[in-house]
Amino acid sequence: MYEIIAFYLFSSIILALFYIVVTTKQPVFAITALASGLIFIGGLFFLLDAEFLGVIQIAVYSGGIMALYAFGFMFFDASKDIEERTSANKLPFVLFVLVCVILNFLLISPKIALPKPIVEIDTNITNAHQLGLELFSKYLLAFELAAILLLVAMIGGIMLLSSKMDKSWTTTPDDEIKADS
Amino acid sequence: MIGLEHYLILSVIIFCIGLLGLLRRKNLLMLFFSTEIMLNAINLAFVSVSSYLGDITGQTVAFFVIAIAASEVAIGIALILLWFKKTRTIDLDSLKYIKG
Amino acid sequence: MLHNLILIALFSPLLSSIVSALFIRSPKKLGIFSSILIGISFISSFLLFVFYENSFSYSLFDWLNVGNFKLSFGVLIDPISLVMINTVTLVALIVHVYSIFYMDEDKSINRYFSYLGLFVFAMMILVMSDNFLGLFFGWEGVGLCSWLLIGFWFENNDNTKAANEAFIINRIADLGMLMGLFYIYWNTGSLQYSEVFAQIPNLSNTTITLIAMFLFIGAMGKSAQFPLHTWLAKAMAGPTPVSALIHAATMVTAGVYLLVRSNEIFALAPSVNIVITYLGVFVALFAASMAMVSNDLKKIIAYSTLSQLGYMFVACGVGAYWVALFHLFTHAFFKSVLFLGAGNIMHACKNELNIKKMGGLYKDLKVTAIIMIIASASLSGLPFLSGFFSKDKILESAFSTGYLDIWILLLLGAMMTTFYSFRLILLVFFVPSKEKNSHTHDAPKYVLYAMGILGVLSISAGWIINSFEKFINIPFELNIEHSTHYVMILITVLAVIITLVYTICKYKQPIKEPTSKINTILKNEYYIPYLYSNIFVKLYKKIAEFLYEIIDQKILDKFYEKLAFSVFNFGIVLRKLNTSNLSIMIYFVIVGFLLLLLTNFIRILL
Repeated sequence: MYEIIAFYLFSSIILALFYIVVTTKQPVFAITALASGLIFIGGLFFLLDAEFLGVIQIAVYSGGIMALYAFGFMFFDASKDIEERTSANKLPFVLFVLVCVILNFLLISPKIALPKPIVEIDTNITNAHQLGLELFSKYLLAFELAAILLLVAMIGGIMLLSSKMDKSWTTTPDDEIKADS
Repeated sequence: MIGLEHYLILSVIIFCIGLLGLLRRKNLLMLFFSTEIMLNAINLAFVSVSSYLGDITGQTVAFFVIAIAASEVAIGIALILLWFKKTRTIDLDSLKYIKG
Repeated sequence: MLHNLILIALFSPLLSSIVSALFIRSPKKLGIFSSILIGISFISSFLLFVFYENSFSYSLFDWLNVGNFKLSFGVLIDPISLVMINTVTLVALIVHVYSIFYMDEDKSINRYFSYLGLFVFAMMILVMSDNFLGLFFGWEGVGLCSWLLIGFWFENNDNTKAANEAFIINRIADLGMLMGLFYIYWNTGSLQYSEVFAQIPNLSNTTITLIAMFLFIGAMGKSAQFPLHTWLAKAMAGPTPVSALIHAATMVTAGVYLLVRSNEIFALAPSVNIVITYLGVFVALFAASMAMVSNDLKKIIAYSTLSQLGYMFVACGVGAYWVALFHLFTHAFFKSVLFLGAGNIMHACKNELNIKKMGGLYKDLKVTAIIMIIASASLSGLPFLSGFFSKDKILESAFSTGYLDIWILLLLGAMMTTFYSFRLILLVFFVPSKEKNSHTHDAPKYVLYAMGILGVLSISAGWIINSFEKFINIPFELNIEHSTHYVMILITVLAVIITLVYTICKYKQPIKEPTSKINTILKNEYYIPYLYSNIFVKLYKKIAEFLYEIIDQKILDKFYEKLAFSVFNFGIVLRKLNTSNLSIMIYFVIVGFLLLLLTNFIRILL
């Protein structure tokens, strides 16, 4: 009972918040709604017994990624209203409904029978423990690659945004550096 | 106990909301928000299926999706900022360089 | 232990090649390193010989496993391959040492050593393989290295052309060889020597004859027999040590090796043997006649190689396989040392090749001269030098199998050999020189010592003839009475000595050689190169031009042009779809996604 209540509560909040994200004209509303929506998705993860991912969701998504967006926002004028697309206002909604209906139909149609669980999740070890075992044995290479990807993304972000990163300070004459700064 | 269908339907609806945002918005940052919503919808589907089947693989994949989303945002924001510095706008319609 | 020795002998040349290849751009010279590796290979080969008891086959790994066709990459150690690997690695070792000196000033010396090492590796595979496919692999490998090394100074277009000619002519012969291999596999179902030879007696006569013929065509190309001989003289465009190793001692004798190796096939194909014998005699005389008038230092030696290969083929043709192998063995030493001596002369005379312009080099190049005189004497078959034993044995074998005509012709060939060898020696070393070139100097000491080893072998390699026969153990009966035998040897020796005396008298002073008609024909190599270029090359060119102008340009190109333009025009139509507006593209994406979903939807509904 408590689970059902939690699920419906969370899902209605999530849907409402995300709807605000895609429709509101004020960027600050959008970012706040998105952040809270993501936290509630983390809540759903907890409901699904995936505690580790729930924590990651809140920490990385709502904490890290949203902070990044917030910083991004500082460069733009946040108080200005966002312009909406004026033409073809109906078409997005039509497509939205169509995709939604068909996809749902596909998912719950009886012809797509979900396979029976192969391995029961061992309740003796925690979710984080299990995920760790999986990540560091079977998916070790992918894990390392993801780490490299993040590193590359970090360096890429720094390179793109900081000016004169392509110049070497050791080879530039001193007076030029002074003139620049 | 709630059935798996509930979670899947919820994730489809969230996905479609993201799609709607993608179609309606023309502010580049808002487009990014929409893609975040879609990624989360997929994550939700992964995790729910994983926990219903008792197979940890789905959660592993969701973990990687989060990692990829993080790097996407880092690069994406940097690119948008570059664009903004250059043109003083982040309107999607301003990106018109490859007209056939 | 033996297996390890095999691996060391086989792969240290490859290691030398790879390491040298890695240092191609580096100014560090790797000659000594390469020589050491080849030396290791020689020592292992020699140890294999020392510890040899019974012939055995050692499979390295499974090579091909297709359907019923199974082939392992194996090594066969038996007397024939032992003789070959020892000869090859010894000559290769000395040529490597010599190259350190000879190629010293060349800036791509490491590239040179890399090719040379690869050549030795391929040659080792050729002679050690226990199946025909491995032999063919090595066969092609040495062909490739020969091409690389003839065209080593590729900046000069002539060298490239010579390399290409050698390669292309070898391709023609290799086609014959390949057909022979296919035919063998078709009829015996295997390429392993042991299995093939076991099955050969069960085949019909025509089949055996065809197989032998095809294999012989392959041997003709590699050993530069008429009519595929033109490449060998042109191959002298490569560095001189290469000529010594590849085009005198080892690669060109691969054809003889093939005949000796598959002697069980050839023994059953008497008609092919007759062809081999007569062709061998013809080449022996034909090449010797060209060597008699040539003025090019290296070409004379090249023709002499050709002539000696003819002798070896005669030995194979009359069935005296061990004699052929023995002549191959002795020939490798004196011929390679002759080439190395020629290299010294070229080095001293600043790459001059015309022997008419040389003379009086004896006092400057004393050691080289002595070594070359020994080698020439051995080549001519002066008594008790190595060439005497082997060449004499060939004459005897021909005589004892009843080919009296061939014996006479070979004797004539031996006299011609003496003539051209000593003509070369006299013109280069003893005739008073017209121009004074004062600053000639001999090669450094270590080079001369290395050449000295080969010089000693040119003298002594023949002395082991009796144990050699026992070791090889391919039976061949010589049924000549003792008295006839002595008379024959006497005749041969007398003929050679008379020719020698005549030559010395004739070339004591620089003389003008007559420009008779025969002389012109000989100098132009019987006009065969012209004939080839007029008949084959021009015809081929015409066909190629026809194909290019009509088939390629007018039919194929037009077709593909149309095809390309239709794609282009379609692109012009599609280009209008690209409005460069990203939001419209997102619509496209989503409509596409929707279509995808719909198809699934319909599939589920049905």
